[in-house]
Amino acid sequence: MQVIQLLVTGLAVGSIYALVALGFVLVYTAVNVVNFAQGDFSMVAAFFMVSLVVTAHLPYALGFVISVILAGIAGYLFQLGIYQPVKNRPRNFLPVMIATVGGSIFLQHLFLILYGPVPLQLPSVFKQQTVDLGGVHVYPQYLLIIVVTAVMVALLNWFFERTKLGKQMQATAQDPTTARLMGINTARMNALTFAMSTALGGLAGILVAPVYMVTTTMGSLIGLKAFAASIVGGFSSVKGAIIGGLAIGIIETFGGTYISGAYRDAFAFIVLVLFLIFRPYGLFGEKVSQKV
Amino acid sequence: MAKQILKFIPVVVLLAIIPFLLPGGRLGTYYLTLTILSVSYAIACLGLTVVLGYSGQVSLAQAAFYGLGSYTLAILTVKHHWPFWPSALLGIIIPTLFGLFLGAISLRLTTHYLALVTIGFQVIISLVLNNWGTVTGGADGISNIPRPSIGPLAFTNDRAYYWLMLVFLCLAVYVVHRLRHSRLGNALLALREDEIAASAAGINLFWAKVLAFSVSAALGGLGGVLYAAGAMYISPNIYIFDQSVLFFSMTLVGGQESIIGTMLGAGLLTFLPEWLRFLKDYYIAVYGLLVIIVVLFLPEGLWGLVQRGVRAALRLMKKPRPTQTAAVVETLMSRPASVKRPVATDQVLLEVKDLHKHFGGIKAVNGVSFTVRKGDVAVLIGPNGSGKTTVLNVLSGIYEPTAGEVWFNGQNISGLKPHVINRLGIARTFQNIRLFPELTALENVIVGHYPKGRVGLAGTLLSSPRGYLEERIARERAEETLHLLGFTRIHEKAKNLPYGQQRIVEIARAMVCQPQLLLLDEPAAGMNTEETKELSHLVYRLHELGFTILLIEHDMSFVSQVATQAYVMDFGSKIAEGSVEEVLHNPAVIKAYLGDDAEYDYA
Repeated sequence: MQVIQLLVTGLAVGSIYALVALGFVLVYTAVNVVNFAQGDFSMVAAFFMVSLVVTAHLPYALGFVISVILAGIAGYLFQLGIYQPVKNRPRNFLPVMIATVGGSIFLQHLFLILYGPVPLQLPSVFKQQTVDLGGVHVYPQYLLIIVVTAVMVALLNWFFERTKLGKQMQATAQDPTTARLMGINTARMNALTFAMSTALGGLAGILVAPVYMVTTTMGSLIGLKAFAASIVGGFSSVKGAIIGGLAIGIIETFGGTYISGAYRDAFAFIVLVLFLIFRPYGLFGEKVSQKV
Repeated sequence: MAKQILKFIPVVVLLAIIPFLLPGGRLGTYYLTLTILSVSYAIACLGLTVVLGYSGQVSLAQAAFYGLGSYTLAILTVKHHWPFWPSALLGIIIPTLFGLFLGAISLRLTTHYLALVTIGFQVIISLVLNNWGTVTGGADGISNIPRPSIGPLAFTNDRAYYWLMLVFLCLAVYVVHRLRHSRLGNALLALREDEIAASAAGINLFWAKVLAFSVSAALGGLGGVLYAAGAMYISPNIYIFDQSVLFFSMTLVGGQESIIGTMLGAGLLTFLPEWLRFLKDYYIAVYGLLVIIVVLFLPEGLWGLVQRGVRAALRLMKKPRPTQTAAVVETLMSRPASVKRPVATDQVLLEVKDLHKHFGGIKAVNGVSFTVRKGDVAVLIGPNGSGKTTVLNVLSGIYEPTAGEVWFNGQNISGLKPHVINRLGIARTFQNIRLFPELTALENVIVGHYPKGRVGLAGTLLSSPRGYLEERIARERAEETLHLLGFTRIHEKAKNLPYGQQRIVEIARAMVCQPQLLLLDEPAAGMNTEETKELSHLVYRLHELGFTILLIEHDMSFVSQVATQAYVMDFGSKIAEGSVEEVLHNPAVIKAYLGDDAEYDYA
């Protein structure tokens, strides 16, 4: 029975990583940079949620939607301040990455100033502690996380495959020059990609907040592990981000229980290093030769 | 080199008299403690100067190496009662071994992967320091760490200990400075600027990265050792990810490529929170903003800004010298053409046998065979997308062949790494010019001479005469080569040169080692008629000098002037061979270039 409980926990934690990892992959495929502050938007949204629901007593669902949108807006502003200025510099990968590391420090400490160092509690939408699924007791919040993530992935798939905006974003990611010639506003598409990725991160943060506490550092470990997940998945693959996220969540949960609780946070990185040594292009990534 | 070291003397003197400048009483003691802290930070940050500033690799694990140094010293001296100096030595060796490991796995990794691996390493080390209580003392840490002594000299009071630290700081500065101005330093810069070009110039990327990481880790360890003995108490909450970010910010804010800048950054960011007491709670947020601002507006850091200011001031004071206009055609170019060109011998230098290179379903090269004899100027021609550049990339080791073999001088070289192939005597240029943009023209060519050097890290740091000799030879050979090609703006950064001149520098970089075979990938691409004419002249002269050349070209007038042997490719296969005259009249070639209906155009 414990195995099933752990599996549910692992899938839920993995879903969180998968959502954040999706954000990494979207931005990377669109503009070829990595946003190291990606995880911090989970923290940002969770704090917004606490303010809106706990302090301002807004209905849970409304607070949820507003927080996710605010996380998206924060992501838009973030790319405006950090990505846009260095966008056209040759070999901008390193500067963008370092600037986003700076952005991550800034965000964390800005929220430390705004909300203080005491961890805050975001109640779950569910009243009861556990639900009984034929003898297996699981947290309902975990089930919610898994369901919302599944719905979100389906929605994203619909958005990218079926809507005009989604196709424009795909076109921009695949070939910006041609996309621009076709009359697509690529700068706007890229900004939208950033906003979407941080909104996804925000969604993850709100979902996971009732399980952990809301702290200013909650996003950094989530972000790092999600990043590890996206590399395990193949970095430019949406499918890979999801599978990688789930895999890391499950490995970490089982490892933390059966091998060592104290080293729980290390498993993601050990898996990562093993992948980098033996399969550096990940589960679904194609081995691409650098263009010469 | 002595002259370059001189500029550090005022800095050292200034640092040495700091204890006398501090106020008395408790405030002075407190400031001295902070100064000691900042010196240990500066040493750790100098490690980042090597790994980030020189080799361009992101390492966010410097606090982990710092911690490994501290803990090695503390555990050995306090728990095992070892004497200080052997413990300190191990405190440098152990982080270095971890650095070797990180460098070794970083070979396959580009920037962001590597950054993540270093973060992962940092997180794991933090966890171990916190949780392995029996060895590390867990969250309580280790106290009563002794301070060192040498014979009767005990460095127990803070002032004496500070001066001892300065000795080590000078040592660290020397190591980093010496490295920068050596052959190995050039290799690191080349790696930072362009990995593929560096590899094709004969640099073993693997060892270069391992070198950068281990030197960096050693300095991190040294900083940690000195910190532990200075503070006499350590606990795991110092060696966390945030501290790594702080080291990173110090290096970046001061000036990642500059030694003085790095030390300035370390000092500044240690004291900044003291000066900004009113920002007590916000200062780390300010650091974050500072990092962003530096990246966006001051890529060379604060020290870069200072230097730019000084240079501008000097320029105002001096009268402008008239800029020298480069005589474009000189030396080699102005030599009269010899009546007889060297005739190709029968000795086969390069033999390509049924070469295939597929990318997924695309058969870019599909069974190509040809030979280049010693003394040939062979040319590979063909329409766009016919697979010529792919052939060259396989020959130079950038791609592995899917099938088939490449023999060079009687040795099968298929699948060897680019730097190995370079060392066997094949050098190349790239279609879309791959110079090291931030290096000067001369430095670019000096990097090309890298494979001829033998002196390693030990020799470099111990200032072996052999090392200096090699560096002088490389410099002289590079100057000669550039001079031979009539190139004069040797101290200009490559990125500031016009396209045609960049091409010349790239050819110089390839030929400086006297390769047995020179591969030129569309040297006339993007050049105007005049430049193309000069270039054909140049290739002609290179042939006279005895170079065997394989080139890829589109420009038929160029080809017909220089080539002794031509191979024509279309859709990944060879369709014709012979002299240029012959292949140009070959119906298959005409068809490939002009299509089936070509004859109607003549009718």
